[in-house]
Amino acid sequence: MAQAAYKKPTRAELRALNKSRKKREIQEKADRRKRLGPWYKRLARHFRLYWQLWLMVSPAMFLVILFSYVPMYGVQLAFRRYDPLKGLTGGDWVGFEYFEKFFRDALFFRIIGNTLRISMWTLVMGFIAPIFLALLINQIGGEKTKKFVQTITYMPHFISTVVMVSMLNIFLSPDSGLIAKLFPTINLMGNQAAFTPIYWMSEIWQHCGWNCIIYLAALASVDTSLYEAAKIDGAGRLQLIRYVDIPALLPTAGILLIMNMGSVLGVGFEKIFLMQNTLNIQASEVISTYTYRIGILSTQFSYSTAIGLFNSVVNFIFLIMANQIAKKVSNTSLF
Amino acid sequence: MATALASKVKVRAEKRKAQHKTVSDWIVDTIIVILLVAIVASVIYPLYFIIIASFSDPALVAQGKVTLIPQGVSFRGYEKIIMDERIWTGYRNTIVYSLVGTAVNLLVTLPTAFALSRAEFKPRRIILFLFTFTMFFGGGLIPSYLLMKDLGILNSMWVFILPGAFSVYNMIIARSFFETSIPEELRDAAQVDGLSYFSYFIRIVLPLSGAIIAVIGLYYFVGHWNDYFTGLIYIRDLDKQPLQNILQMILLSNQTGQGAASMSALESQNFADQIKFGVIIVSTLPLLVIYPFLQKYFNKGVMIGAIKG
Repeated sequence: MAQAAYKKPTRAELRALNKSRKKREIQEKADRRKRLGPWYKRLARHFRLYWQLWLMVSPAMFLVILFSYVPMYGVQLAFRRYDPLKGLTGGDWVGFEYFEKFFRDALFFRIIGNTLRISMWTLVMGFIAPIFLALLINQIGGEKTKKFVQTITYMPHFISTVVMVSMLNIFLSPDSGLIAKLFPTINLMGNQAAFTPIYWMSEIWQHCGWNCIIYLAALASVDTSLYEAAKIDGAGRLQLIRYVDIPALLPTAGILLIMNMGSVLGVGFEKIFLMQNTLNIQASEVISTYTYRIGILSTQFSYSTAIGLFNSVVNFIFLIMANQIAKKVSNTSLF
Repeated sequence: MATALASKVKVRAEKRKAQHKTVSDWIVDTIIVILLVAIVASVIYPLYFIIIASFSDPALVAQGKVTLIPQGVSFRGYEKIIMDERIWTGYRNTIVYSLVGTAVNLLVTLPTAFALSRAEFKPRRIILFLFTFTMFFGGGLIPSYLLMKDLGILNSMWVFILPGAFSVYNMIIARSFFETSIPEELRDAAQVDGLSYFSYFIRIVLPLSGAIIAVIGLYYFVGHWNDYFTGLIYIRDLDKQPLQNILQMILLSNQTGQGAASMSALESQNFADQIKFGVIIVSTLPLLVIYPFLQKYFNKGVMIGAIKG
């Protein structure tokens, strides 16, 4: 009955309602302003109340402005011809000259191809592996065994890149390496076709355990009655994983996938750089190592900045796109 | 009595249920166990191998005879490493950079995280946006390099401390912790007692935040300890290089062997390999030592980081 009594307001009524509400809001704002005084008084009051909080954030703000925003401002170097005497922003304006130079660079397609190939493999495999490992670890019944497996698989995460790459060199070295013995005819570290698999597999070896923590937590929060209900319905081990565990992981997985998409062209510099040698350079030169070679080693500052800027812009576009897609598909998004 | 009996019955019922596993469940279980054993073995064996190879007879290691137990124990590699002055310089530098760096990190990060966790602090949204934007967009290598040059901190210790003094990611982790784990009633009580933000933060919040300080302290410390990039780009003098860069130098220069004159080419190559194993252990040792003490915080730390946003 109550529903029948409700009469849908007409458009005019709604408009009037909105108008009066807006009026009231404006009035309230004005009242507040009157009570608190003019803007400088309000500002003074704000600082009187919160100056300690401002003091607490100021070192970080100073550092971020100096070390992140000043270089961002310096990105205009990509559009100027660098002149050591005039500094970062004093060179002649040349527009997109350095970008065109990069697009016409003989290495352009190879570098972009390498970057995309290495990062896509790492992204996809590095996304699947932790989910798989988390599902496996979650099957362990005993708490102690679970802890043990976790402790072991986290460990490599803390190894430095230098040590990681030297371990690769040791285990893949053609005369004495343990893994190299499985491939007696090829020199793995010097093989172009082997570079990408070596890269992503070692990435997984190192970070899979660590990256699965977050999934394990998601699995730990699954309501146990779901398992019981599924068991009563006759679900076996595999069905429990398929119909209870995996759906529980999907939201987390979505967010992580978006975050990873933001670094499609951003494969880490250190590891690739350390893995490079004269034999595999054709397959291992990526954007970040190329900016280093051009910028620091051959001091073509403007050209290197242009390549770096191209890289960040593409990354940013990928991030926005992934975020947008995720918003549409699954209602999970980063921002 | 009744509940004890009920639970006993329940346990027995569960046991019976466990015994009545279907064949396919048995197969799945076996596969899971095999996979887990294989994964654990493949993670631990390379680490274990490097440890035993570092003090085994290098010739036997090269022939592939060292697999599970060390053979022909020899500490000559370690002797050589200990006598190498570069290692000690690198060690000293890295310890100084890591300790000072982590201290500065925490001094900057924790107060910022606290201030941004206060809901009544209205400008926090825009400040937070200013910070998070830098996670996704940056100036790049060369503008940063030129900035360090202009600031005059190129080739000095400060390049390790200042540019990375504040990590937005770690700040967000700490902020989530302050928001979710410190009850708001404490602030109300503190306000009644007339505590300022400073004294509230130092006397109430920090003592309750041991876990998060340990976690982000560890993240920062490991970051400093493993940092190779800074030394590569910004440091020219050998005596200012951190351990990772020295390590890389030793690993590269020992490629061709550096043994005594009396050694054959093969012998010196093997010896060089032993030094490689040794320096890997020596450089990773401190992290391995603190690892067991800190690992109980890992799950917590990652989880706090996960509920941001």
